[in-house]
Amino acid sequence: MTEVLTPTATDDLCETKRAVLDAIIAANRNRQGALMVILNETQKQVGYVSKSMQTYVAKKMRVPVSAVHGVVTFYSFFTSEARGKHTLKFCMGTACYVGGIPQLMEKAKQLTGSEIGKTTPDGQLTMEVCRCVGACSQAPVVTVDEEVVGHIKPNKFPQLIKKLLEG
Amino acid sequence: MKFFRSHVLVSVDPQCLEMGAHQIVDTLNDELVSSGLIDEIQVLETSRLGDPTRFGPDLVVYPENVHYANLTVDDIPFLVEEHFLKGRVVEKFRAKETVVTDDELGAPKSKEVRIVLRNCGKIDPHNIEEYIAEDGYQALANALTSMTPEQVIDEMMRSGLRGRGGAGFPAAKKWQLCRQVPDFPKYLTCNADEGDPGAFMNRRVLESDPHSVVEGMIIAAYAIGASMGYVYCRAEYPIAVANLNIAIEQAREFGFLGNNIFGTDFSFDLEVRMGAGAFVCGEETALIASIEGKRGEPRPRPPFPAVKGVWGKPTNNNNVETYAVTPQILLKGADWYSSMGTEKSKGTKTFAIAGDVVNTGLIEVPFGLSLREVIFDVGGGIKDNKKFKAIQTGGPMGGCLVEEHLDLPLDYEALTAAGSMMGSGGLIIMDDETCMVDIARFFMEFTQEESCGKCTPCRVGTRRILDILEKICDGKGTLEDIDRLEILCHEVARNSLCGLGQGAPNPVISTLKHFREEYIAHVVDKKCPAKVCRSLIRFEITSPACTGCMVCARNCPVEAITGERRQLHIIDTKTCIRCGICAQVCNFNAVEVLS
Repeated sequence: MTEVLTPTATDDLCETKRAVLDAIIAANRNRQGALMVILNETQKQVGYVSKSMQTYVAKKMRVPVSAVHGVVTFYSFFTSEARGKHTLKFCMGTACYVGGIPQLMEKAKQLTGSEIGKTTPDGQLTMEVCRCVGACSQAPVVTVDEEVVGHIKPNKFPQLIKKLLEG
Repeated sequence: MKFFRSHVLVSVDPQCLEMGAHQIVDTLNDELVSSGLIDEIQVLETSRLGDPTRFGPDLVVYPENVHYANLTVDDIPFLVEEHFLKGRVVEKFRAKETVVTDDELGAPKSKEVRIVLRNCGKIDPHNIEEYIAEDGYQALANALTSMTPEQVIDEMMRSGLRGRGGAGFPAAKKWQLCRQVPDFPKYLTCNADEGDPGAFMNRRVLESDPHSVVEGMIIAAYAIGASMGYVYCRAEYPIAVANLNIAIEQAREFGFLGNNIFGTDFSFDLEVRMGAGAFVCGEETALIASIEGKRGEPRPRPPFPAVKGVWGKPTNNNNVETYAVTPQILLKGADWYSSMGTEKSKGTKTFAIAGDVVNTGLIEVPFGLSLREVIFDVGGGIKDNKKFKAIQTGGPMGGCLVEEHLDLPLDYEALTAAGSMMGSGGLIIMDDETCMVDIARFFMEFTQEESCGKCTPCRVGTRRILDILEKICDGKGTLEDIDRLEILCHEVARNSLCGLGQGAPNPVISTLKHFREEYIAHVVDKKCPAKVCRSLIRFEITSPACTGCMVCARNCPVEAITGERRQLHIIDTKTCIRCGICAQVCNFNAVEVLS
């Protein structure tokens, strides 16, 4: 992280997002250990926790920006960048790994022209790897947005990618 | 509670939903209303019943236990008229094969004893009344109205229940320690951060029977004197979080949570806290930090959470399974529970079987069963008639066990003595096509990535171990690397702060112990005996088998395969990235792997 987090950073903090954040903070600020709850809600509702959002939360919660940033970067579920319309996650659990996920990832990279961990330039699809989703009996498994799709066959896989790139 | 003559369980698995499961539910309800059966037949939504690609959309009718598959909305009026009005099973809609009710759990296999999983797939997790009908909350009522907290602890102590999170510390002992600390308020946490790859026992319990965990936690809170509890659930389990929240809300409505439970002066409330994808948060001090809203970094113990836990107050932390089984023990008695298992490991344990075994999924067996019985009787043996090679127990921080260990009884002590551990209950079974160096590398990659970075031995050590393993897998390793690996593993295990770092080298240590010759083959002969490590293998298309159908060429991600239709195809080894897709898609087994 080379950029300095400044309290004035407001790059993407539009009115709507600010309202969402305000509502989340208002609903949770009196809980003990509220920061995790607030960040989880923000990630869920906005889809990411940008630097300006981190600064905003820190200011509202009266905690150092470093504390918020520290938590956001510690947990892999929090992302500081906007994500694609769809998220495709490849399960890297043992069963899936053995069941052919690495090959499917190669195929996906080739079909999308994008990389794992990146979003396609049109903002349509973000591809990531994830930890075991606990559906090992259906290996190999990917998750499409929140949904688990198991028993992926190499020959049916391109159709799935195509659907995500178009719809 | 209303009683119904029959229950219809419709699968609303995502794939079934896509195929119109909700329309089927709606039509079913409409038809039942119009035929006047709506008070006799109840329609429920449940998770998957069978493989949706073969059976969906499908439903099961109980108590008849009839599985109807591949239904459309148009089939429903006929089905309702025939089955429910006239009482005749409609053979043409019936699933062609007998199927297990769900492919994670299935019907109990021989040698299985289901206590923790008893309600899974049987009751509606969204309905507290169904849980109550299965004797739910009765143990809580008994405990609160007729037992003192000490008596609860005594009974649990006699049952011999040991913490199911992996370490196997006696649960009641932990409760007692926390109870004795003269500091208030006290807290209760439930570790539902089930992060081991290949383990999903807790997910299933939380999704299918959340009330058993809630009830167990209330009982534990009563025994300890805790006033507030947190279930720390990993973010990867959204359905578990949702079902838990529903369960807690319902328990509150029924007066099982809140102030003056059952009219006593005992008050307790529960909240679900979500993790955010950090494996280390399964370590109890890290879990506590995360609940407090901080980075989930572990801290040295002592002080133990029983003395200083959440918000610096005494905290008791147990695993999902420990809490889930508690009500049953109180209900049926310590003697009943301790009659199962071995001398030091009492009761039953859930395991998730994954890998190269016929029946993957969840099982619950009494302690003391041998690994052989688990793999070959309950698990149905190795897939595709291949040979058993190793079994990894205890997740990524456990170790692998081999043929000679197969007759070991499954209990805490025996597994630890053999160089592995019980862990939370993930069993990964590997056949003889698995490269043990690659498996060690895979687990190391996991722990290296999940190392929180707080202590140096783990942060740097896991990275260096992984570097060496990668070097070996790449065919660039030397014999000195193996020695270095061994030293490093012992140092990391000895000096790391928490269980993650202490256990991280285990897969390497145990594979080195049992499969040293594979490591040597990688560094000396530059060969991967199991033909897995990419840098050490090559693919070749063999002559008579190849029909020139071009499927491999079309599927190759790097276009390394050339050849005319109906001619032998050739793989360009320079371009080939050894992804193995060609071998996977070939219908004629013409792609051979060589090392």
